[in-house]
Amino acid sequence: MTLLRHLAAAVLAAVVVAILTIQLNAFRDYQIAEIACYVVAVAGLTVLVGLSGQISLGNGALMAVGAYAAGLLLIHLQWPLAGVLAAATAISAVSGALVGVAAARLRGPYLAGATLLLAVALPSLAIKYAGVFGGDQGLTVGLTPPAFLGASFPLTRWQAWLTCACALITLVLLANLARSRVGRSWRAASDDEVAAALAGLNVARLRVLAFVVSAACAGLGGALLAVTTSIISPGAFTVTLSIALLTGAVLGGLGSLPGAIWGSLVLVLLPTYVTDVATSHGLSSAAGSNVPVAAYGIVLILVMLVFPEGIQGGVRRLLRQFTPGTPASRDLPPGRAAASEHQEEGSL
Amino acid sequence: MIRSSRAVVPAIAAAAALAMVVSACSSGGKSSSSGSASSSALTASAPGITATSITIGSHQPLTGVAAPGYDEIAPASNAYFKYVNAHGGIYGRKIVYKYLNDQYNPTDTVSVVKQLVLQDNVYAIFNGLGTPTHLAVAPFLNSSKVPDVFVASGCECWNSASTWPYTFGWQLDYVREGKILGSYIKQHFAGQKIGYFYQNDEFGQDGVKGLDDEIPSADVVSRQSYDPTNINVGPQVAALKAAGAKVVVSFSVPAFTALLKLNSLKLGYSPALVVSDVGSDPITLAGLLESFAKQGGATVSGNALTQGIITDGYSPSVGDTSNSWIALFKKIHDQYLPNLPFDGNVLFGEGVAYTFVQAMLKAGKNPTRDDLVKAIEGGLPQGPVVAPYTYSATDHSGMTGAYIGVIKNGVIVQQGPVLVTDTSPASAVTAYSGTAPAAPASGMP
Repeated sequence: MTLLRHLAAAVLAAVVVAILTIQLNAFRDYQIAEIACYVVAVAGLTVLVGLSGQISLGNGALMAVGAYAAGLLLIHLQWPLAGVLAAATAISAVSGALVGVAAARLRGPYLAGATLLLAVALPSLAIKYAGVFGGDQGLTVGLTPPAFLGASFPLTRWQAWLTCACALITLVLLANLARSRVGRSWRAASDDEVAAALAGLNVARLRVLAFVVSAACAGLGGALLAVTTSIISPGAFTVTLSIALLTGAVLGGLGSLPGAIWGSLVLVLLPTYVTDVATSHGLSSAAGSNVPVAAYGIVLILVMLVFPEGIQGGVRRLLRQFTPGTPASRDLPPGRAAASEHQEEGSL
Repeated sequence: MIRSSRAVVPAIAAAAALAMVVSACSSGGKSSSSGSASSSALTASAPGITATSITIGSHQPLTGVAAPGYDEIAPASNAYFKYVNAHGGIYGRKIVYKYLNDQYNPTDTVSVVKQLVLQDNVYAIFNGLGTPTHLAVAPFLNSSKVPDVFVASGCECWNSASTWPYTFGWQLDYVREGKILGSYIKQHFAGQKIGYFYQNDEFGQDGVKGLDDEIPSADVVSRQSYDPTNINVGPQVAALKAAGAKVVVSFSVPAFTALLKLNSLKLGYSPALVVSDVGSDPITLAGLLESFAKQGGATVSGNALTQGIITDGYSPSVGDTSNSWIALFKKIHDQYLPNLPFDGNVLFGEGVAYTFVQAMLKAGKNPTRDDLVKAIEGGLPQGPVVAPYTYSATDHSGMTGAYIGVIKNGVIVQQGPVLVTDTSPASAVTAYSGTAPAAPASGMP
């Protein structure tokens, strides 16, 4: 039943995206593609942090793994796109497994530190081995719409379709995974490790698996970002990206897949929107270029104050208030909402 | 679940706040001009051109690591455009210059340039800054047939008229610059041990290519490169000292020129220093030297430390107040941009804006995008730089030469004639015999 419901939601979303991309201009199509890339990566991270209770400051670097893998395969082996995306996902998943094995022994700030190391060190490899990875300038990849769409099909619309299709497939798979035995085990292990172990769950293996899933998503997101922006360079995969991904997951609502969409919308649209507003109000002060950064901070603080369980949690709370017959006492304390989404569906 | 999210959320908020502080270290302004001057003959001849305005766009590092100094360039160009708009505009049209912040991150560059081209419908991309950043958008701009003029980077790569017919360089490319500095070193430091210190990317490598064309390889005793993300250059400086280099040639950005100088000082090592134009602006350099030394608990005089640095210049020296171009650009700076220092970055921004206005006037009253490309390919008069441009249908590189200068009391003082050359290893560096034109009294090309 759940599978059918998720598929129906995905089909509906696909129709909405198709209509939007045809109606909106080419730049909006490009932004939709960018959003979809982030949705894939943030969704993977929200599963890791929200469900399995581990933190990662290194998912930006895992996006780099996927992006460079895709770039090298496209440039040197000229694989078809589907094969490239699958291989990039697999390669990042393997990297995620390696990180996960180390991470399974670490907790809290130590885990954050170890993954942060990855985010700092990995992009430097691209500069160190400039012959392979193109150094600071990175690799350039070209993407053309497939022939069956016709010669005049806009590139940005094809990019939006491709990335949104991948994002929807990822979301459906993750949603089913979260409601499966694996998802339940993750929640059990993150709620009480000892109890989970006593109940016969292999906690270490579960934690590694969560890293693999999140790394695969980061890798796919990175590969999609590479073909969308047509450039893969170390400057794009700094620590800032890793932190932005986490911010997106928290803003949207930890552990919530619709939250990953909200978070990605904020990450991509907020800077452009604020810059446009600042420009149209003739803000020519020296502060002009820092306004988007400030707005980002304000949004982060406001969301944490008003919707501690993230935007998706806030949306759910508002819906509940306007639904007659639902007692307000069902509101959950902060931090509870992400888990509640799944528990309400009565899996455990 | 409860336990883990409570611990995680404040940690993430703190990390995000930290990231904001880090990325918000510098800022620049953003403004646009508007007005109305209509003439019945003016039509909307191309995207971005209306009867009253010409909208152009750019990507610039307004915040982030590359912002200090370079964030002055676009406001300076805009100051010159405001001056032009106040003096009749281009055939009556006002220039609207929309420059967006890419933080020197190529992915952001792609995003802001797509916004400028696909949504804001700019007529051209003007003076996009940076080699790695601009390389990310040059293929897109050319396939979209958008003029991509006067890139703010000396990469030789912009000169490829067959693959990128819409892209034009402007500033002296690093290969030519390397050859000009190399020929000076060959003459004045003949037989001495020479060391290289260069940024390990296209910028530094192109420079070294030019140097190697001129300097005998037997004289080069040490080649040290640095990575712009690692500020510890102590090992490289120690290696240069150990090799006994009496002359160090540095293809570096200002921050690393300052680090090279301070590290040499610490080791009691004082070679003659030869620095490329982009890394030698005396005002920027003196400020960096003083602030870096202060962070290390020392007090130095920036001007005393820059004294004697040999460099090259392709614009007149900022300190040369008798030069008509300096007088003009200083006047416009004082009127439209009084908050910024009048330094090499501001001069660069105003100079390249002047060149754009030259090209637009030549492109005609109702130009298409291709008209601008044809106008530049037809050649441009020299304007505010010291050597002529090369522009033709097959050559999109830009300037051909520079003069050698020595920093004295915080000002670059020209030594000898302007030197010109081209990028092929075989061609010699020769003195330029022509005379530079004076600035027009109106300030308009």
